[in-house]
Parts: sequence; structure tokens; C-alpha cells
Amino acid sequence: MSQFLILIYDDENAWMNAAPDVSEQLMQGHMKFGENNAAAVQGGNALQSVTTATTLRPDGAGGFSVTDGPFAETKEALGGYYLVEAADLDEAIALAKQVPVIKGGLEVRPIMVFS
Amino acid sequence: MTDDSSEALQAVVQAHRREWGYVLAATVRLTRDIDLAEECVQEAYARALTSWPNDGVPTNPGAWLTTVARRAALDVLRRGTLLRRKLPLLVQDEPEPPASDDDDAGYPDDRLRLICTCCHPALSREAQVALTLRLLCGLSTAEVARAFLVSESTMAARITRAKKKISAARIPYRVPPPAELPERIDAVLDVIHLVFTTGHTAPAGADLVRRDLVERARDLAAMLQTLLPDNTDIAGLRALILLTDARRATRTGADGQLVLLADQDRSQWDSPAISEGAELVRVALRSRPPGRFALQAAIAAVHAEAPSWDATDWGEIVALYDLLVQIWPSPVVALNRAAAVGFACGAEAGLAALAALADEPQLAGYAYLSATRAEFLTRLGRTSEARLAFEEALLLTENDVERTFLAQRLAAL
Repeated sequence: MSQFLILIYDDENAWMNAAPDVSEQLMQGHMKFGENNAAAVQGGNALQSVTTATTLRPDGAGGFSVTDGPFAETKEALGGYYLVEAADLDEAIALAKQVPVIKGGLEVRPIMVFS
Repeated sequence: MTDDSSEALQAVVQAHRREWGYVLAATVRLTRDIDLAEECVQEAYARALTSWPNDGVPTNPGAWLTTVARRAALDVLRRGTLLRRKLPLLVQDEPEPPASDDDDAGYPDDRLRLICTCCHPALSREAQVALTLRLLCGLSTAEVARAFLVSESTMAARITRAKKKISAARIPYRVPPPAELPERIDAVLDVIHLVFTTGHTAPAGADLVRRDLVERARDLAAMLQTLLPDNTDIAGLRALILLTDARRATRTGADGQLVLLADQDRSQWDSPAISEGAELVRVALRSRPPGRFALQAAIAAVHAEAPSWDATDWGEIVALYDLLVQIWPSPVVALNRAAAVGFACGAEAGLAALAALADEPQLAGYAYLSATRAEFLTRLGRTSEARLAFEEALLLTENDVERTFLAQRLAAL
């Protein structure tokens, strides 16, 4: 078995301004994902909006410049993730396909194993 | 060199061409490491070079090579704990059947597994093509690089990156389950088709046709059909390749100049390939609705079976393009359809059909659009417009043979 991180990218505006039934559906979708894949899901979280993000970059003088906003400005922002266990990429992709999204998409990344 | 030894060397060359994918696929099953498997397979071929001239060519060269390659792999694996593996082992469902040193009774054919792994959707199309040529056909990195007009170091990096992704992202070494198989086979067919079209009209360079690539595509399609004999899409692609390639010898003149379909010497077409292709078209058209390769092959069959350009059934060709456009709404297909309309209903009708495609962004910069317009304008005697269209086509073409042809047409106006 290997571990994969499923990163959820979505349009924050679509998500924040979603009609109540859409957000309800989204919540239900995540609940169902967790229930159906209890054995595979090792963890996961939703993130607060990118408007709450703070970015740190080395300033080249031994310190950091600290700025408001995400590291990279994109239309679809990283909004949450699941850490899952799967036999292979196909199984991880099958899991990712069950994660609800409104407009965005999902990225599947294998977790690096150090030996 | 004695006859025996030259025969043996010839057998090694043949086996390289025919058996590489089979031997490698069976060896990867054992090593679960593509690089190691490739090294062992290379070693097996090197041994064949010294052994076959002395001991004779084995009755089953593929099994012989597989046995030698797997033995070499077992040696490494037994000593193997010393070697630090660079990449994680490939994931496969069933454990490798227990290996014995003297197993030459034959091995399960794992080529479908190998080609499905090479064409996994998590790999870029470029990587899929490179891996397929390298792992299934045994092309060297330099040969694959030459086929796609990139430097050897670029191609080496591409192949390394792709292998690393297979291993690190845990792309499984397996034939996908029935629900996913059709989609994967589509990807495999696209890869083979791309190899074929790249060879059929080389995107740039001195020769119109890259024979090596055309033949690899033929081999791959034939291999796939052996593995999945009931798949009509595979039959369609194989038919398309056979029927199109049957005209190869007549597509250029003695001096390497382009000869149009209308002017080709049809008696020189490869008639056994045409018969085989036509038979496969009938098989491929049995599926409902027919696939895109089946329809393209059917169009190629109409051309191949027409006794002359003038006797071509253009109405049938337009009807087939109408079906093709429905299942594959591509601007390039629409362009071919427009050309067929011009031959079926006259140059004026052809120009009208082409005019409808003038704003198609995918065709901007596509030389065949200008070249086809130029031909129809020439027929209508609209010389100055034809000149402009030929000049435009020349600007957009990088294949030397095609350029020479267009320049001659322009000069003849």
C-alpha cells in the first residue's frame, strides 16, 4: 500500500457564494466520501479561504518577507485535501473521482517515502 | 563469415524486431524494475550474438531470450540486496509465478500489460509514444529522438522522467479491468496512429516517409490484434495502416518528388496489403457505430480498390466522411471532407465547403487548407488567387518533398 495526497482545487467564489442546497450537497458529498472510504482515508481537512493565507519568502538577507495572500494566485485555489492509502495510482484516482468539487478539479500526488 | 553465422546474425536482428517487447514484458514481471529489465534483455541479445552462430538458432528465439534475460535478472536480484534501487518496485496484482532457472517452456505474454502501462493516462502523450517505441519496439533513445526531431538528451530526459513517474506515482503494471480497458486501448491506438502518421508524412526533413516508423506502427498494430483479436477498433487501425501504406512505393517518384494520388501508378500498389486491409475493413465496420479508424480505413479502401483516379467513387467517399465528421468532429476531417466534395461535385462546390472552414482556428497555419484551395482555384482558372494560396501553403510547409511539389505547382500556373 502507498499513500497519496488528494488536493482539492476549486473556485473559491463558487464555493463561498454557493446556494444553500449546493453547499449542503457538497457537505453531504464529503461525508459520504468519508463513510464509503473509511479504511482508505487517513486524514483530511478543509482549508480557510486564500484571503486568510500568509506567504513567507526568504528575503535573501537571512530573514523573510511576509506578505498577504497565497503563494501562487490561481483561479482555482487549494481548498482542502485528503490523505489516502491505496494499492496503486489507479486506486487513488478512483478515490479522487469520488471527492466532490463544484468547478475545479483534483490533483493526486504520491507521498514520498524516505528509506 | 560462414553462411551459418550470417544466418544466425540475421536471426538476432529479426528477434530484436519481433521479440523485444515480449522478452522485456516477461522480464519486467520478474524484476518489477524497468531499467533493470532493459539491461538484462540487452544482455540476452548480446549473448544471442555470440551463442547463436556457434550453437545454432533456437527453435523459439523469444523463449530463449526470455530465459536468458530472466536468469540474468535473477542473478542480479539474488546479489541484489547490495544494489540500492533508485526507484520503488512496480506495483502488480498477482505475485510473479515461482521462477525456476530452467524454465524455457514459454512465458505468459505480458505485452498487453506493458503497452497498457506505457499508455497510462497519467503519462503525457509524448511520454506514452516514447515509452512504447522504446519498451515495446526496442528502439534506442537516439532512434526515438530522431523520430520526433528532438535532441537525444531531451528524449533521454523525457524517458527517464516517464519511468520515474510510473514507479514513484505507482502506476500499476497491469492490464486495466474490463470497465477501463476500452479507454486504455483507445490511448494505445492513438499512440500507434501517431507513430504511423509521423512516419507516413514526416513533419520535417528531407524524406517524405520515415519507413522505420511506419513499419513499427504496422508491427504494433499487428501485435495488438494478436492480443485482442475481437476488438474492431484495432482491426480498423490495422486496416488503415495497411491500406494507406500499400501506396508507399508510388507516393514519390524516382527522384524523391511527391506524386499525387491522382497520378500514382496503381499497378505498383501493394495488392496483398490492400486485400488484407480490405478484409479487415469489413471486420471493423461490423461494430455499431463504426469507430473512427474503421471509417478512415473504409475511405482508404475506396481509394485502394478504385481502378483509376477518375473511376473513384467520390460519392461513397463523401458519405463516409459525413459519418466520420459526426463521430469525430475535427477540423482536419472537415477539410478532407471538403476536398472530397470538390472531387464529387466540382471545384466550385469544393471551394464553398473550404470557405466554411476559413475561420477554423485549428486550421490556421495548416498548409493542406491553402494547398487544397490552391488546387481548386487552379481548376477554375482563377490563377492569381491560386498563386496566393500556393504561396501561403509554401510558407506553412516544412517537409522538403512537399515544398518542392508546391513550388512546382506554383511555377506551372
